[in-house]
Amino acid sequence: MKLKTALLATALTSVAFAASAQEVTVMSWGGAYTKSQVEAYHKPFTSETGIAINSVDSDNPATPIKAQVEAGNVTVDVADVEFSDAVRLCDEGLLEEIDQSILPAAPDGTAAADDFIDGALQDCAVANIVWSTVFAYNKDNNPTAPDSIDDFFNTADFPGKRGLRKSAKATLEMALMADGVPAGEVYEVLDTDEGVDRAFAKLDEIKADIVWWEAGAQPPQLLADGEVVMSTAYNGRIFNAAIAENQPLEVVWDGQILDFDLFVIPKGAPNKEEALKFIAFSTDTQRLADQASWISYGPARKSSGALVGKYSDGTTDMAPHMPTAAANLGNALVNNFEFWVDKDAELNERFNAWLAK
Amino acid sequence: MLTTVDGKPLKEALAHAQSRAKRRAFLLVLPLLAFIIVSFIFPIGQMLYKSVNNTGFTISKDFGTGVSTPIMTNLAEWFEENPQGTDPDETAYAALAADLVVLRELKAPGQAGTRINYELSGSRSMFTKAARKAKKLEPPFKEAIIDLDEDWADPSLWQAMRTASIAVTVNFYLAALDRKRADDGSVEMVPENRQVYVTLFKRTLILSLMITVICFFLAFPIAHLMATLPMRKSNLLMILVLLPFWTSLLVRTTSWMIVLQSQGVLNDAMVATGILADENRIQMMYNQTGTVIAMTHILLPFMVLPLYSVMSMINPSYVRAARSMGATSWTAFRRIYFPQTVPGIGAGALLVFILSVGYYITPALVGGADGQLISNLIAFHMTKSLNWSLAAALAAILLGAVLLLYWLYDRLIGIDNLKLG
Repeated sequence: MKLKTALLATALTSVAFAASAQEVTVMSWGGAYTKSQVEAYHKPFTSETGIAINSVDSDNPATPIKAQVEAGNVTVDVADVEFSDAVRLCDEGLLEEIDQSILPAAPDGTAAADDFIDGALQDCAVANIVWSTVFAYNKDNNPTAPDSIDDFFNTADFPGKRGLRKSAKATLEMALMADGVPAGEVYEVLDTDEGVDRAFAKLDEIKADIVWWEAGAQPPQLLADGEVVMSTAYNGRIFNAAIAENQPLEVVWDGQILDFDLFVIPKGAPNKEEALKFIAFSTDTQRLADQASWISYGPARKSSGALVGKYSDGTTDMAPHMPTAAANLGNALVNNFEFWVDKDAELNERFNAWLAK
Repeated sequence: MLTTVDGKPLKEALAHAQSRAKRRAFLLVLPLLAFIIVSFIFPIGQMLYKSVNNTGFTISKDFGTGVSTPIMTNLAEWFEENPQGTDPDETAYAALAADLVVLRELKAPGQAGTRINYELSGSRSMFTKAARKAKKLEPPFKEAIIDLDEDWADPSLWQAMRTASIAVTVNFYLAALDRKRADDGSVEMVPENRQVYVTLFKRTLILSLMITVICFFLAFPIAHLMATLPMRKSNLLMILVLLPFWTSLLVRTTSWMIVLQSQGVLNDAMVATGILADENRIQMMYNQTGTVIAMTHILLPFMVLPLYSVMSMINPSYVRAARSMGATSWTAFRRIYFPQTVPGIGAGALLVFILSVGYYITPALVGGADGQLISNLIAFHMTKSLNWSLAAALAAILLGAVLLLYWLYDRLIGIDNLKLG
């Protein structure tokens, strides 16, 4: 009886709470990533401001945002999108502009505009994490450990199948880097027809050995099953498999491609004020550092780096697993969003035509 | 004339009574009608509209206030006054410069550039960059603009702007068929290394047909067994057919991955028994074979169930009569039993074929490089490149192809002959 009353009381209060309190709907990508945001951003935000957060997931939040704004029926207040989508949606007028002056300065007083990594602040978007496309291998299936992007394309010395994401983006850049193009010149080369031919020629060398993946959860599985000996992957997924699930997987940082995930506010969001508050709160130095203890994606603020502590298991140091760690940036490429917004259609058509051959 | 008791003509009275009944019947189906219009006809109509109408280069809409402003008006005027083939002169560039200023004010250069980028890859950033400097442009505009980027003099770009300056276009259908507008406005194929859609349409139709045929050959004996076995055994069979039907699609697809992959159950078993050498493992997953196997399994119940429902209604005495009159079992099957199953075959084949034409998640997961279907590219343009006009054109072509096949089926076999259960 007591239990029943208690349940009823909780239910009633929560209904009353939901009805009276403000609420922000945040859309993200699901899985371990959403969890890291719930732990690092949503919970502290609610306890500090009393604004409840309604967390929803999507395969790619950019798609529902576009649909909602165009249909004039916006239910999402904040969405977490990829770089090229943030730029594209902003261009199409589907996003609210975000005034950068609402973002808090770093603890040492550095203004937000200087504290965020270059490119992390856009007209309509504020980056929260830096993620990376890397390649990883299974220690059990590789007698000699590969240590450079060349090894990924070298099936003579490192026999076995390779996993690659079925998309032109990242794939072509890695092919060029393996073909000897320095990271700094990759997009210059890829901007020419000869450069694109060169990338596809490099891919041709291993085409027969490639297993293509599409969902981020696939590469750790393919590696663990032994279906491939090396695979490109999102670094957070490999970290999760290696540390949380104890799989014998190892990341090779050489030739990694860095990218941002950014918060945006769709045009006409029902709770714009609260959404701005949420973004300012979540992207402050401490919160960004906190998120890194739940998933191995790097904070978008320079000042957060020093505050990154241990993984939520309490023993693993997160710093070396960050794509932004100095040791991992030796041969790294930053995704050129402008290039991809321009060339996405053409290169993916070529890529799909090449695949279908 | 026959009249009712109160003097009305009988015909009128009857029509009156019936119209009430009809109205009531109509009210009963009204929710269904509304549902179909809202959830089916309206979205499909909207999709078809998107495939021929793209306002990216003509109207800029402020989604906050809902106000639409025409853009690129000066350039559109110039295109109207100067026919196809006119080289852009100073007035054209002046019009462009004026439009760029408007774009900058409306924050719409990306939108306009994206529209042109669909026609000519790499041009989006030209618009965003030029708009940033639009206010500083000074006459002569031709030199000033070409100074920003020499590609502004590219005739292909001007052709692209000419077509895009009218919102209604068939260019997305051209793109969906691996074609594009040449600089003089005529239609030509895109370079060979970018031709992909026609190949995939063909492959989708061929694989779907193949899956339908395999499903038919697998389902026919099962359905026959289920229809003829005693109730207890046929019920067990029915459960075996339905069990996978009730299992999540993703679970079934991933189960096939576990069974068929090169380090999977089947290959391991063959290696363990010595049928295969370890280095000769067969690649049955992440290619067309994988797509066909997984999709056949997933769609099999859609063939079994209509077949079963038709077969269970066939009176066994017809075949017995045929046999008693001297027909061999093959003749009796061919001339008596089989023709009676045709409505079930038609229904099953149509179901399986139409479902497999639009199948998306299974080929995405197990298709690898050569097991991709057109639906995967539609999904790509919906969710990744956000080129919804092209996605809509691809989907409309697919819809047209299915309707064509449906019409053919109606002509050859007759749609009345369809029996779904």
